[in-house]
Amino acid sequence: MSNHQEPILSVKHLKTRFHTAEGTVYAVNDVSFDLYDKETLAVVGESGCGKSVTMMSILGLIPIPPGEIAAGEAHYLERDLLKCTENEMETIRGREIAMVFQDPMTSLNPVLSIGHQITESLRCHLNMNQEEANQRAVEMLESVGIPDPASRLKSYPHQFSGGMRQRVMIAMALACSPNVLIADEPTTALDVTIQAQIMELVHEIRQRMSMSIIWITHDLGVVAGMADRVIVMYAGYIMEQASVIDLYEQPHHPYTLALLAALPRVDLRREHRLLSIPGAPPNLLVEPVGCPFTARCQLAFEHCRIERPPLFTTGEGHQAACWLDPKTGKPR
Amino acid sequence: MNSSLESSSPAPAVQDMLEAPPLTLGQLTWRRFRRHKMAIFGAVTLFLLFIYSFGGAFIFSEQYANFTETGARLQAPSSTHPFGTDTIGRDILARTIYGGQISLFIGLTAVIIELLMGVMIGAISGYYGGRIDALLMRFTEAVLNIPQIFLLLVMAKFFAGKLPNIQVLGRTFSGSVVVIIFIIGLTSWPYLARIVRAEFLSLKENDFVMAARATGTSSTEIIFRHILPNSIAPIVVSGTLGVANAILSEAYISFLGMGVQPPTATWGNMLEGAYNYIESSPWLWFFPGMLILLTTLSINFLGDGLRDALDPHSRAA
Repeated sequence: MSNHQEPILSVKHLKTRFHTAEGTVYAVNDVSFDLYDKETLAVVGESGCGKSVTMMSILGLIPIPPGEIAAGEAHYLERDLLKCTENEMETIRGREIAMVFQDPMTSLNPVLSIGHQITESLRCHLNMNQEEANQRAVEMLESVGIPDPASRLKSYPHQFSGGMRQRVMIAMALACSPNVLIADEPTTALDVTIQAQIMELVHEIRQRMSMSIIWITHDLGVVAGMADRVIVMYAGYIMEQASVIDLYEQPHHPYTLALLAALPRVDLRREHRLLSIPGAPPNLLVEPVGCPFTARCQLAFEHCRIERPPLFTTGEGHQAACWLDPKTGKPR
Repeated sequence: MNSSLESSSPAPAVQDMLEAPPLTLGQLTWRRFRRHKMAIFGAVTLFLLFIYSFGGAFIFSEQYANFTETGARLQAPSSTHPFGTDTIGRDILARTIYGGQISLFIGLTAVIIELLMGVMIGAISGYYGGRIDALLMRFTEAVLNIPQIFLLLVMAKFFAGKLPNIQVLGRTFSGSVVVIIFIIGLTSWPYLARIVRAEFLSLKENDFVMAARATGTSSTEIIFRHILPNSIAPIVVSGTLGVANAILSEAYISFLGMGVQPPTATWGNMLEGAYNYIESSPWLWFFPGMLILLTTLSINFLGDGLRDALDPHSRAA
């Protein structure tokens, strides 16, 4: 997206740690990114790379202790979210920034009716009375494609299927028309057809309600269809940041390259086994000295082990944290 | 999805099944409770006991229950006094009726105090964890470490006679009733607090709690609207059994003469007067004793039935 625009959410040098019995887990390390108005930003990376923890840190949902936000700022409309009190955060969560979680089967309270759960945020954020809130809830359920919404308000979560529940979760998140929607792998627990429906739904809602979306996923296929810009994370660090077209056409980081190579393709004839990246992600209990991807990187050289590469600007809105210059293919 | 179902036009029986509204939680609970014969017996008996104690007041006045007639002391059951008379000639039938009111009232209100204390302390302890939890749990253990009976007796002795009599609805109650309610309530909550804490510890890790926080729900709202309803089953069961315990505790202290003071009758203090006449006048202890037995027994059956009905893990037919 254009750079002359002011970002709606700007995260700077975020560091999140967890102090566990085994030692300190360096979950998020020096993560900075901007989210602009009305854009969809995808955050990709393998499990445990700090995608969700980053977002939960921003929303103040990290349990402290054992968690700790060691450093950083998260500016949302002039306010630093990381310095807000719990009471201030309660007015922001759900109202300004809403979140949809991964598993719709467990994210709804089994003993409360759907209506109660959707209207809860309306009543506390917008001071609606029960009747107004119900009316709004019916509209929301209708807009996420739940048939016969008025009678469904009294239903309980166990009376819905997985896809329907995720629709309900989205209706809940969108009830107060937030400016930012954080979707934390909302389709991973669903089968592929439902996944496509949910993506279509979110895409359509973004157009209609004009909001910004942060879409956390480990599915690069989802990213291609949804996002404007992509952040690739690895071991709690941002590896590459680019517009979605740039990222697919000319990835500048060896990790992104490897990820794309490991993508199964249905449109190509299968000539060899599906590629995978050898090795395992580094232990987050030790803060890496050099580049965290060194051990699995085929292009790694001596300098990678000694010093961690900062994010180099490698093109228009394109950044990669690698000591290799993508244009020349030589070490910097 | 729906259109494909309609177009395939299923057999009428299947359609009925599809259209039957799903059972609500309450209906499911009732279905399971109904199968529990002893629980039904307990519920019916309890209902009858309530009718006996509160309905009986329309037949006998309280003055009659407290009326002493020294000429008619220690009379065996007869047509004028169906349950006999006590050591100072009061009618035992009328006294069991009014005593029942007090005993059941003490049982219920003491449990309300127990529930308030236990749920509050357990919920705050389990939800917030950390230092608050450590502090509250050490306090709970401290209370738990004092033998309840001695605590009851000491407190009963200490507060005895410190409260004036209370006038409610034109009737006079000994101030000791309130004392007994509070000391039973304030000594019985620790077990409940531990149960609630354990429930909260596991429930707060659920995704729906995180989801509720992410929509800006406040902690109080999460504790009382989201987590508490999920832990209602053990609380209801424990509360039910608590009523039986409270009635027994009241009987116990009153039997030792430190509970509710006469002339206000309770099943417990009626037993006290019977102590010296166990063999010579068995009707003195038989009727109040049987009523206590019947009440606690049916409450325990009821609690058992509720446990089975409310616990989703025991789906046994």
